[in-house]
Amino acid sequence: MLSIKNLHASVEDKEILRGINLEVKAGEVHAIMGPNGSGKSTLSSVIAGKEEYEVTDGEIFLEGEDIGELAPEERAHKGVFLSFQYPVEIPGVSVTNFMKTAINESRKAKGLEEMPANEMLKLIREKSELLEIDRKFLSRSLNEGFSGGEKKRNEIFQMAMLEPKLAILDETDSGLDIDALRIVANGVNKLRSKDNAVVVITHYQRLLDYIVPDYVHVLYNGKIVKSGGKELAYELEEKGYDWIKSEN
Amino acid sequence: MSKYTEEELKIELENKEYEYGFYTDIESDTFPNGLNEDIIRALSNKKEEPEWMTEWRLEAFRAWEQMVEPEWANVHYEKPNFQAISYYSAPLKKPKYDSLDEVDPELLDTFKKLGISIDEQKKLAGVAVDIVMDSVSVATTFKKTLAEKGIIFCSISEAIKEHPELVKKYLGTVVPQKDNFYAALNSAVFSDGSFCYIPKGVRCPMELSTYFRINQAGTGQFERTLVVADEGSYVSYLEGCTAPSRDENQLHAAVVELIALDDAEIKYSTVQNWFPGNKEGKGGVYNFVTKRGLCEKNAKISWTQVETGSAVTWKYPSCVLKGDNSVGEFYSIAVTNNYQQADTGTKMIHLGKNTKSTIISKGISAGKSQNSYRGLVQIGARAENARNFSQCDSLLMGNSCGAHTFPYIESKNTTAKIEHEATTSKIGEDQVFYCNQRGIPTEKAIALIVNGFSKEVLNKLPMEFAVEAQKLLEISLEGSVG
Repeated sequence: MLSIKNLHASVEDKEILRGINLEVKAGEVHAIMGPNGSGKSTLSSVIAGKEEYEVTDGEIFLEGEDIGELAPEERAHKGVFLSFQYPVEIPGVSVTNFMKTAINESRKAKGLEEMPANEMLKLIREKSELLEIDRKFLSRSLNEGFSGGEKKRNEIFQMAMLEPKLAILDETDSGLDIDALRIVANGVNKLRSKDNAVVVITHYQRLLDYIVPDYVHVLYNGKIVKSGGKELAYELEEKGYDWIKSEN
Repeated sequence: MSKYTEEELKIELENKEYEYGFYTDIESDTFPNGLNEDIIRALSNKKEEPEWMTEWRLEAFRAWEQMVEPEWANVHYEKPNFQAISYYSAPLKKPKYDSLDEVDPELLDTFKKLGISIDEQKKLAGVAVDIVMDSVSVATTFKKTLAEKGIIFCSISEAIKEHPELVKKYLGTVVPQKDNFYAALNSAVFSDGSFCYIPKGVRCPMELSTYFRINQAGTGQFERTLVVADEGSYVSYLEGCTAPSRDENQLHAAVVELIALDDAEIKYSTVQNWFPGNKEGKGGVYNFVTKRGLCEKNAKISWTQVETGSAVTWKYPSCVLKGDNSVGEFYSIAVTNNYQQADTGTKMIHLGKNTKSTIISKGISAGKSQNSYRGLVQIGARAENARNFSQCDSLLMGNSCGAHTFPYIESKNTTAKIEHEATTSKIGEDQVFYCNQRGIPTEKAIALIVNGFSKEVLNKLPMEFAVEAQKLLEISLEGSVG
């Protein structure tokens, strides 16, 4: 699904990613952990194609296709989804309208007709039921006045609507209380399938109690310094990031 | 644009005309350049106006001669030479083109984007049309329905001849001849415009649109509109058109007067899309408009405007809330891009008791443009319990444009309640990236954000107009980011 080879990236001439290698297969969940400033969010932004990051070396493949030169929207059309750590507000644009635009732009890029309104409604109903989202919520302006939990649930709702091949969840647990965390994690679990893959970026182990990863990678100083199974997350939690820092 | 004079514009337009092959022989019926009393008399005579009208124009002219062009607006432009303009030109009877193939492809492209039908495209671009055309038959049915209700809807020239008592009674009562420099000029030389009268208790069954008025083309640069809604009547009036208006006149000074008698309601919606000049800020229309409405008891006037065109805009649709319990509303979206400048807003003059006004202004600036909101809320001494709510939001795109807000509040009554809110925001890279990540390309993302920002005002437009206006916003801001 996702294959990253020797990825180097910098922002304003400061190198942040220093040779990342990562293989994620369909059906798998990978967790990327690491201390603040290790490059976790940079990695997710670079995969999504954010322009202010300059890829200086290496390659990113999605299903065998090099997506490194593609615009962010083109990557999205190919099935890359990023759940934002800080989802932005767009006043006056309802969640429904936003999703309708997003879905139809993707369809347009694939040479398809716009989705008929009744199909769109059906999809919205189906996904909001799946994630137990009150449909009143969908007519509110995107993220405007949303609580932290609502914002993250909205991200997962969008993921459900867009059905991506690769979903990157960037610090989805930050700012959530334990109930909200459970709801969001349940949503992600419902969306998992053998055809898609999930990369969970997190600082803490607690999210991984709910979204159980197949692999855990530790990012430090722009490199993956340790990889293992889910037990690595517990080890990290116990020993703290100083353990990693002292070894590198 | 400081060095660009009207003379140069003329030369450019002449060349352009030649370029597109529709250079017509000079009309024998065009007045020499310049403005004096003889010209005004000749103009009035040409239009077969009654003596009182001629005198009215002359009075305005004499006042105008004593006035100076105002400079307080936050706009900079080369002042027009009023003696270098011809104030009368017979309406063109010949179509400008024989087929659509001769029309500027850029213009046609815009028509296409706006979803305008081929027949309409022809009409708008001034192409000769077949005898039977949809819109003509529409216009005929339209006129019939109105006549049945006793509604008068015609050109102002026609009204002066056919309904002199109404014109005489109301013309200049809301915007007096001497009101301001441009209004005085308009009063002296207005070429044509629209007149509308809704009889007592009549609810106009359709949106009145200048678009449907036959022979509306060529109303010229000094348009005059007068709308009178008699007691208890209602009318929704649409002005302008989303299609780009390429006019060879650089200066436009229109006057619009609305009169809502007791219990009447007037909804006046405008989409203004005059040529804004090219990307370097050359050419483009100067749009200096005076629009004002008078509300008698329990009357209501709503102004809704979408301003995307013109190089320089100077325009403050206002309400004089004279009658008790009258209501004034102003909803505006003003978009400026490239080198456009807009100084627009409203005046709400509360004179009666329990009068209420609402102002919602949305300014969108892109490129190197300057967008100013200027509003006055005035509460008179006798206006007990007057209420006003104003909200002015500005949206900036890029780092080279400007947004300015000049709210003025004058209250002479302690029971007045006035609220003012203002926000300024910028379309952020983060917002655009968020949209991109969901598969929405940048141009579309901007359109989405702008539409969201303008929603409260777009919602006030009649349905069809709103859809067109939305597309127009998209087109106006095309290429402003990236």
